[in-house]
Amino acid sequence: MKAHVYRRDHINTDEIIPARYLNMDREADLAKHAMEDIDKDFVHKVESGDVIVAGENFGCGSSREHAVWALRGAGITAVIADSFARIFYRNCINNGFLAIECKGIGKSIENGAEIAIDLKAGRLTDLSNAKAYDFTPFPEFAQNILDAGGLLPCLKVKL
Amino acid sequence: MGQTITEKILARHCGKESVRPGELINARLDLIMCHDVTTTPAIDMLREHGINNVFDPDKIVIMPDHFVPNKDIQSAEMVRKIRLWAREMGIEAFYELGNHGVCHALLPEQGHVLPGMTIVGADSHTCTHGALGAFSTGIGSTDLAASLATGELWFRVPESLLFILRGKTAKHVYAKDIILEIIRRVGVDGARYKAMEFRGEAIDALSVEGRMTIANMAIEAGAKSGIMAPDQKTVDYVRDRTDADFEIVKSDEDARYEAVIEMDVSGLEPMVAFPHLPDNGRAVSSLSEKIPVDQVYIGSCTNGRIEDLRVAAGILNGRRVAKGTRCIVVPATTEIWKQANREGLLDSFMEAGATVSTPTCGACLGGHMGILANGERCISTTNRNFVGRMGHPGSEVYLASPATAAASAVTGYISDPRKMEG
Ligand code: SF4
Repeated sequence: MKAHVYRRDHINTDEIIPARYLNMDREADLAKHAMEDIDKDFVHKVESGDVIVAGENFGCGSSREHAVWALRGAGITAVIADSFARIFYRNCINNGFLAIECKGIGKSIENGAEIAIDLKAGRLTDLSNAKAYDFTPFPEFAQNILDAGGLLPCLKVKL
Repeated sequence: MGQTITEKILARHCGKESVRPGELINARLDLIMCHDVTTTPAIDMLREHGINNVFDPDKIVIMPDHFVPNKDIQSAEMVRKIRLWAREMGIEAFYELGNHGVCHALLPEQGHVLPGMTIVGADSHTCTHGALGAFSTGIGSTDLAASLATGELWFRVPESLLFILRGKTAKHVYAKDIILEIIRRVGVDGARYKAMEFRGEAIDALSVEGRMTIANMAIEAGAKSGIMAPDQKTVDYVRDRTDADFEIVKSDEDARYEAVIEMDVSGLEPMVAFPHLPDNGRAVSSLSEKIPVDQVYIGSCTNGRIEDLRVAAGILNGRRVAKGTRCIVVPATTEIWKQANREGLLDSFMEAGATVSTPTCGACLGGHMGILANGERCISTTNRNFVGRMGHPGSEVYLASPATAAASAVTGYISDPRKMEG
């Protein structure tokens, strides 16, 4: 998985998927505009399975889950950031989409680096220089949601 | 061991005596708010998982506001889908055009918000309703679907930050200036995952509406919720709107806070937050050069209430919007629009050369009715000035109070409302 690095803090949901596209809610439609206001070429650069690496407070701003769908639709499998905004983080977990919090990561990884993630061990490795970074593994309830593929499949089991 | 108002409300809603920050709970929800943008995906999810009922239609309120009156075919289809689904579910509280308004202005105005409630809304500014002493927070569409189906949601009990606001604000310094200053101090992620609790004589002095302006922007510091203990003003506000029962919850004297931040508002000046983050606040008087504005926007869930319109009209009345500047006024709800009309405020705006629209989120989120072109600059009473928030990614948004926005409309550049006297 290749890392697309955006070193900034506070990358917000207005940038991840601008409101002008919120009259659509299909993942495939949203995906065409992912990150458009930060990086016009983003959707052409991403290959399925890639990850985004960024600084603090990724996903701040509106509650639009469209931000998660746009990224996932564009082929992104995980966002790795120093920290996440609350609603975005919840939305990721609820969609079974990986949001990995790893302090200092936004300044450490070079754009284009190949990354490997070991979820159980809470460790990600930069394969270009073999450096490893530890992150706090997901709490059990979050892991259950992730394993079930999202909150709703999880709920259905309960209902 | 004492508890904060937030901990008490959450404890009561998960059947416990007390809860502690960091604890994961499943809380019962008293009120769920939906709007046009985030609800259709939730409906699809429910259908996809074969869930054909909501837990309680009377606890669900639907208020299409972002793209209404429908801005295009796609948004018309979205609202239609929600309307039909609401009928099927037996949800009565659907605010149709003619009774419509911006969700966070409409929800308390229509008496849905009660002190002590747990409220979720599929919109980040749902933290607004903490101004009435409720636990209220924003969620995404999957959480919304889960809430609609079960009437419960998981939460991590937040740490609380206590903001004690002392002193008395000077003339033409408003709730908006207070919250812009707080966000300037703590930063856009200074309260991430936390509850911001506000108290002190500066809060007591504010109307319930002014308190909403403050709680509204708690999310701009990254908070889960903003909250204020109810007082007599809160009770009167609620009683004017509903006779439903509610319980007043307050923090214990020995409640534990992660931090206590004290602030004296006496010296505070009118503020403006520069692009592209709400924590870029500066005192308007400190600006060394004239910053011309193409557009002035007065409205939104932050500052589109009747008091805000009175302040703006007070400045625009008998004056003219500067040549080369456009001024758009958007009363936040139908009731506010009607009240402003009765008071002659709408005339003042129109005579000054501003224009008044029907309630909508509209240009606040770059939706419609006032989108900015590349390179244009807007001073706005809204809550976010992110890149591209009100239109082209090359445009700029400056956040300010209705007074500062109105004063800027008159001069055509960002201006101190205190200079507008006489
Ligand atoms: S007025 Fe603006 S901030 Fe408030 S709910 Fe509407 S779009 Fe969101």
